[in-house]
Amino acid sequence: MKMAGLEYCGARNIDGPLVFVDGIRNVAYDELVEVTAPNGELRLGQVLDVTSTSAVVQVFGGTDSLSPAGTRTRFLGSSLRIPVSKDMLGRIFDGLGRPKDGLPQLLRAERRDVNGLPVNPYSREYPRDFIQTGISAIDLMNTLVRGQKLPIFSGNGLPHNRIAAQIARQAKLLNEDVEFAIVFAAMGVKHDVARFFIDSFEHSGVLNNVAMFLSLADDPSVERLITPRSALTLAEHLAFDEGMHVLVLITDMSNYCESLREIATARGEIPSRKGYPGYLYSDLASLYERAGRLRGGAGSITQMPILTMPSDDISHPVPDLTGYITEGQIVLERDMFQRGIYPPVAGLPSLSRLMKDGIGKGRTRDDHPHVASQLFAAYSKVKDVRALASVIGEEELSPVDKLYVEFGRAFEHRVVAQGEYEDRSIEQTLALGWEVLRILPRAELLRVSEEELKQYYDQSQSTTTVLKS
Amino acid sequence: MPGETGKRNNNERLGEITRVNGPIVEARYMEHAGMLEVVEVGNLHLIGEVIRVRGNAVTIQVYENTSGVRPGEAVYCTTRPLSVRLGPGLLGTIYDGIQRPLDRIAAQSGAMIARGEKTDPLDTEKKWHFQPLATVGRQLQGGEPFGQVQETLSVMHKIMVPPGISGELLSIVAEGDYRGEETIAVLRDADGNERPLSMFQYWPVREPRPVRTRLQMAQPLLTGLRVIDTFFPIAKGGAAAIPGGFGTGKTMTQQALAKWSNAQIIVYIGCGERGNEMTEVLREFPELVDPRSGRSLMERTILIANTSNMPVAAREVSIYTGITLAEYYRDMGHDVAIMADSTSRWAEALRELSGRLEEMPADEGFPAYLPARLAGFYERAGRVETLQGNEGSVSIIGAVSPPGGYFSEPVTQHTSRFIRCFWALDRDLANARHYPAISWRNSYSEYLVEIAEWWKNHDHSWKNNRDVLMDILQEESSLQHIAKLVGPDALPDSQRLTLFTAEIIKNAFLQQNSFDEVDMYCSPEKQSWMMRLLVRFATQAQTIIQKGATLAEVHELPGLERLMRMKSEIKNDDTQAMAALEQQITTGLDGLERSIRA
Repeated sequence: MKMAGLEYCGARNIDGPLVFVDGIRNVAYDELVEVTAPNGELRLGQVLDVTSTSAVVQVFGGTDSLSPAGTRTRFLGSSLRIPVSKDMLGRIFDGLGRPKDGLPQLLRAERRDVNGLPVNPYSREYPRDFIQTGISAIDLMNTLVRGQKLPIFSGNGLPHNRIAAQIARQAKLLNEDVEFAIVFAAMGVKHDVARFFIDSFEHSGVLNNVAMFLSLADDPSVERLITPRSALTLAEHLAFDEGMHVLVLITDMSNYCESLREIATARGEIPSRKGYPGYLYSDLASLYERAGRLRGGAGSITQMPILTMPSDDISHPVPDLTGYITEGQIVLERDMFQRGIYPPVAGLPSLSRLMKDGIGKGRTRDDHPHVASQLFAAYSKVKDVRALASVIGEEELSPVDKLYVEFGRAFEHRVVAQGEYEDRSIEQTLALGWEVLRILPRAELLRVSEEELKQYYDQSQSTTTVLKS
Repeated sequence: MPGETGKRNNNERLGEITRVNGPIVEARYMEHAGMLEVVEVGNLHLIGEVIRVRGNAVTIQVYENTSGVRPGEAVYCTTRPLSVRLGPGLLGTIYDGIQRPLDRIAAQSGAMIARGEKTDPLDTEKKWHFQPLATVGRQLQGGEPFGQVQETLSVMHKIMVPPGISGELLSIVAEGDYRGEETIAVLRDADGNERPLSMFQYWPVREPRPVRTRLQMAQPLLTGLRVIDTFFPIAKGGAAAIPGGFGTGKTMTQQALAKWSNAQIIVYIGCGERGNEMTEVLREFPELVDPRSGRSLMERTILIANTSNMPVAAREVSIYTGITLAEYYRDMGHDVAIMADSTSRWAEALRELSGRLEEMPADEGFPAYLPARLAGFYERAGRVETLQGNEGSVSIIGAVSPPGGYFSEPVTQHTSRFIRCFWALDRDLANARHYPAISWRNSYSEYLVEIAEWWKNHDHSWKNNRDVLMDILQEESSLQHIAKLVGPDALPDSQRLTLFTAEIIKNAFLQQNSFDEVDMYCSPEKQSWMMRLLVRFATQAQTIIQKGATLAEVHELPGLERLMRMKSEIKNDDTQAMAALEQQITTGLDGLERSIRA
């Protein structure tokens, strides 16, 4: 009973990104709306709340120059759909899936609802395949597996983009050469950041495998709410219909959340923390949970969202709720960055929840889980010892504690630090791990087994040297 | 026009949608609908529940995504409250928040959950081998079993008369294979009405199932986790909370408890959490063997999965679905444990729905009735005498996810009023990968008193040993403050020994490796032994130091390294090895003591 094409003239109120329309009939919740500005410009919007006679429409293109008398709205009968196709790789789109690279719209592509449907937990395949990123701090301590959602918690000025680009460049599965794709979504980032990623993909020769959805800093902020959904809709098609392994890079989630807060405030909703709406968790989950693998399916979606923590505060609602949903987090530390360590991956707060099943026997190397656990334990002790040293002075430390200080330094500079174009194999990384553990006395190493100590701790330095050369 | 259906078909109990605001839908012409009645919303027949009635207008919370629903579409009344279907076949199944079996939903609609899917929660075609337990002519009361079914090899499922029904047994089928919905017995109630009974029954989720009386708690729910069993034990029928910021190991701890606790039935509720975590349980549990029954863990487990991306209203109800299933098995006389991960997501669902209802918010936007709801949930835990006169229990272990990891927020604060066991997860321990990261400073258990009696019968020095170890840990905490200022080397040897012993307790006892084949589960006997050894070492070493031995000499004692590794190197039932280790340590200490005197 849809009256297709029926256009309504006028709006009751315009408030921030929202337009309130009266006198409508038969409009659906979540329906896509075409809003025509007085100057004839077309914009898209979405129904947020609907009664028998009125609707609240969120306008993606912003409400600039709209007037109550001159605004016309047309309800399009379905929710927002974007085309999905393998041909979209190598192309650049805006947040709503419209070409931004001057090339024509895809004609034969299937159109999908950007909101997707929740994956049945029963139909998921538990992610276990180790991805070697070539970055020791990640491979050794916070291993990424295929189908994981692992965000980078960063701060302004920290090199999160370089790290994300390095991962995109180097990530590979051991002994496997499979079809892969990268879907890149940018919300509210600057043009030069988008440029950096395009150049980086171009340099590593993967640009033809990348689809980009850009909603940059000067684009209307409401569009940012759809951008990651468009990107994930394409990613789902590539992974679950085409069987590809897709890495989704999303930057910057903090901007996304701000847009969400903007809408919530305009609607007069009751805020929870820091003005963010109470459903921020559910909303973020509806994005982050669109990652993983399906039982019996060939493809996978690995998500790597980037977010900048306002004033480096990890308990801010955005990183906090993200951490509750994602399967770990890579936290970047300003202090390490200032000391010139790249990548400045914080040793203790970083975590990969899926690591336990992706490493070890038959996956990386038998001793990997124990080495990682031992390094965490020892590095945690380093932090205590450093705190003590700052009070009583390093000279006054006990001999063992002095070794810990030395270990901490070596760990940061030899294991964590590496070049932006340095691609380390997991064996090299593990050898480095043992090399720094050897600084500590044997009796301190309780988390590795006796056999592992014999094999890797007691052995001469020769193997390590060979590996390094 | 869809808008007119409501008026025309009033006698068919139809209403008309007037507003759609996310999961909250308003409808009119609903004079037939009652509070908390289940309705089907719109052309897709989405499941919803009436949560507010104003004249003939109602507000409905919908358990599925309402995208595409239009005002004017119909609302269909069902006249029943939101209920679960109970009967054999629940165990081993994974359900969503409103008890739709996710395996069969997947078979119907594929990997993504389509909307409006309807499937019977229990397999109506499957035949179960029914053994009658009552004879014709007998008076049966509600809750009394009249037959049983071997549901899985480890669980006997009693077929009970639904509570509220009683009467004389008119007929009952012979032992044999029957489908769940078949009439297998008939009762004649006091009014002379015949009441056919099948193996299946319904129960409204928001209503606690009745019991005869509540009992005092006496037995520990043994979990195989030393820090819990020994330091902060939970009783069978108790309620515990695990609060912790992200990454501190709530889910890991919940999963360990679901695996190893000595309940007969586990209900694991994934409420607003990750899809992969449920997948992990689904993948792992069938392969794990219950140390007591020797059967697969999945045979005693029911999973309720309402992951974070599934509709928020169904998250609110998943907690009630889970506890109702638990009470049903309790009524058969089983000890049931519920893992609710995470109750904060449930509270947030309440907050979200409350916001959409434009209710006046209390703390941090949560509705004013949050504490009442929490209390109502945790009070459904308990050790009871069932209607049939057995003992049964439901223990609740609820994870709490406080924003930023700060325990001062409303959900943690209100929860701690209604539980008696608080396992606070500690960020620093988690950062050092010390799992389970349960803080020995901030946790507590009020069940200690009730349970000490049970332990006393197994190990008369248990309470004493526990207190000795606890004292050392507490003393260490205060010594650490000084050590952080002056360095540990400035302390006298006796205090440094305390630091050293505390370190051993932490590494050798409190920390437990859930991936180590031996250490993942620690039997109560082994826990007793380990404590005894640690206490022996701690007290005697302290004496020797007082007498003049140096800490370095204590460090050199033979057997210390084995003491540190006993958790993984000595098997649960290997008491000989424990005794040998005790011998070794005692000999070493005695030798040292003699050498000082000499």
